[in-house]
Amino acid sequence: MHMHGLVLKEIKQIVRDPSAILIAFLMPVVLLIVNGFSINFDANHMRLAVVIAAPDETVYGMMQALKASPYLDPIALPDAQAAEAAVISGDVRGMLVVRNDFSQRLARSSRWPAPAELAINATDPNTARILEGYVSGALGNWLAGLSTERRLLPSGGIDLQYRYWFNPELRSADAIVPGIIAMVITMTGTLLTALIVAREWERGTMESMLASPAGMAEITFAKLGCYFVLGMGSMTMSVFMAIGVFGLPFRGGILALTAASALFLVFALGLGLFISTLARNQFVAAQVAFLATMLPAMMLSGMIFDIASMPHWLQLVTYAVPARYLVSILQTLFLAGDVWSVVLPNLLGLAAAAAITVTATLLVTRRRLD
Amino acid sequence: MLQRILALLAKELAGLWKDRKTRFVILIPPLIQVMIFAYAATYDVTDVALGIWNEDSGAQSAEMVRQFAASPAFHAIAMLQSPAQAAQSIDSKQVAAVLHLPRTFSADILAGRHAQVQLLIDARRSNTALMVQGYATAIIAAFSTELHPDQSAPLVILTRDWFNPNLESQWFILPGLVAILSMMMAMLVSALSLARERELGTFEQLLVTPLRPAEILVGKALPGMIVGWIDANIVIAAALIWFHVPFLGSMIMMQAMLVLYMLAGVAIGLVISSIAHTQQQAMLGVFVIASPMVVMSGYAAPVENMPALVAFLGLADPIRWMLLIARGLFLQDLPASLVFQNAWKLALIAVVAFSAAWVAVRRVVT
Repeated sequence: MHMHGLVLKEIKQIVRDPSAILIAFLMPVVLLIVNGFSINFDANHMRLAVVIAAPDETVYGMMQALKASPYLDPIALPDAQAAEAAVISGDVRGMLVVRNDFSQRLARSSRWPAPAELAINATDPNTARILEGYVSGALGNWLAGLSTERRLLPSGGIDLQYRYWFNPELRSADAIVPGIIAMVITMTGTLLTALIVAREWERGTMESMLASPAGMAEITFAKLGCYFVLGMGSMTMSVFMAIGVFGLPFRGGILALTAASALFLVFALGLGLFISTLARNQFVAAQVAFLATMLPAMMLSGMIFDIASMPHWLQLVTYAVPARYLVSILQTLFLAGDVWSVVLPNLLGLAAAAAITVTATLLVTRRRLD
Repeated sequence: MLQRILALLAKELAGLWKDRKTRFVILIPPLIQVMIFAYAATYDVTDVALGIWNEDSGAQSAEMVRQFAASPAFHAIAMLQSPAQAAQSIDSKQVAAVLHLPRTFSADILAGRHAQVQLLIDARRSNTALMVQGYATAIIAAFSTELHPDQSAPLVILTRDWFNPNLESQWFILPGLVAILSMMMAMLVSALSLARERELGTFEQLLVTPLRPAEILVGKALPGMIVGWIDANIVIAAALIWFHVPFLGSMIMMQAMLVLYMLAGVAIGLVISSIAHTQQQAMLGVFVIASPMVVMSGYAAPVENMPALVAFLGLADPIRWMLLIARGLFLQDLPASLVFQNAWKLALIAVVAFSAAWVAVRRVVT
């Protein structure tokens, strides 16, 4: 067996060239901090222009109600032209126009409901929808308050109560950080091997290793083993950061977490080896690694965008993205606990992915030897 | 001088073009990314799997269940009998939400009392949970109005969504992609240019040519700009032809802004390149710098939601300003005065970054 020597060689190489350490430990920190703090769908302080034609007590009360909402920053503007300009330039997200007969209509009975016009800059449709929800919520609360004074609202309505499981405050960090960890591990795992091995091919040191008495399988496993240890280190660090820096709970068990991380890393490292063996050029390897890992991990894993809402053909594609299984496992382990009916099928998916990439790498390297 | 720059440019472009794999990597990924991003990146939530736990046997509760099942936002997949079943089906992700109608629901409605409805939502995905809540509120409001047609609400909110009346996610995503993909490519090509010469040892050969430092800088900057600009136009073409995103603004203005934007991009790339000693370090530099740039730009989540420090750092992010310009020109025919409001920031960033690149490249060259 030549494993001992090979492992020693890899360790020396890792220690001498800081880029492996940088990929494994600096990149996760940067990615987690930047993404974790910036990808935030908990909109608050959305600026809203309010145009009031005839200020009176009722409209003043409405303005107060809008100001009381933690999500809105209402700004009173004198006329609709100024408000329109502010919407077009993006200074405010939307404008609410209240005409001069608003208070009278509101006071009279319900045959002619008082209209309030809300115009939203919908270049960002997601935020537009959220803003609409907040404005109608704030006005609804205000009306409910008024109706107890003036008996305006119809009686016998339906109350809808919500309970958000696993994330009662709907913190977007709780939902997104597990996804970012998956993205980080995908990138570190694949880049570690893709770049470093592509360089060995580029410089011709791979050929000299192949000329040594060590077999291809031994070389592959020695490499995988060393980078595996680095990758697990960066995974551990990411999990501690999620708990310590972002305040996520961790309700699952270590066993499930370790199994999922280990399988996923084998997949990612294997994929990196595979890419670098095919590419043998660092620029191409980096581009392909980026395309094959980071993008799918971000777009197709369900981390930000809901898989069930994608077109059907794309939903099928997501099954070929192992990050999907990891994101599902991590979200469940962090927020819900050891739900084996979620964890086990996803572990199976990860195991299949790992097996496929390692086999493919061994096959490709063997063929490439000639 | 022009001749020497052109010679260097020809050499650089030949270096990118002659390798089949590199050629592939410059042209194909943007197309794949456009397809995946545009189809995957939807914030719309449709067809949410809904569990129903109906303890009431009255007609009103049956009608409520029918309304939920008929809505395009939900499809009812499980009838549940107990709280334990509800918990189990949410835990295992069989359903994303459970609608609970208590025993007295129909009786309360008939008696004119406030009836209670409960919705349990799986909030492991907070954005989806928020959307589910919105759909449920709308269905129940419609249901309430039907119950009391004589008593309509005293206030109606007439909402108009400007510039994107149907709230199409793709209209939002694709103009952003123009900015992101071209920036990534411009940075990558320029970051690798100097680093590759140094790693392969051809940099010394470049130095013994009659090229002056300024000419090297320009010659190294142009390929990245050209590649990024081509990629930007590939995305624009795809957005217009394949996805039918409207383009209401001035295309000439758009191209001029892209040139300015690419200038900023390659300058950042060249600074990275002059610090890096190997291609690997250059690439790492691009990844470490570019991913915060993308995130801070407001591409995925609005800038207002970010912590003050991140939003402040984002002021120096060229992507942020180009996003505003691109979205404005595509969707709302942004007037020139507003374009320039963003453009001067872009120009300032380009000037500062180019000065830094000039200093950095000079330091390496001399």
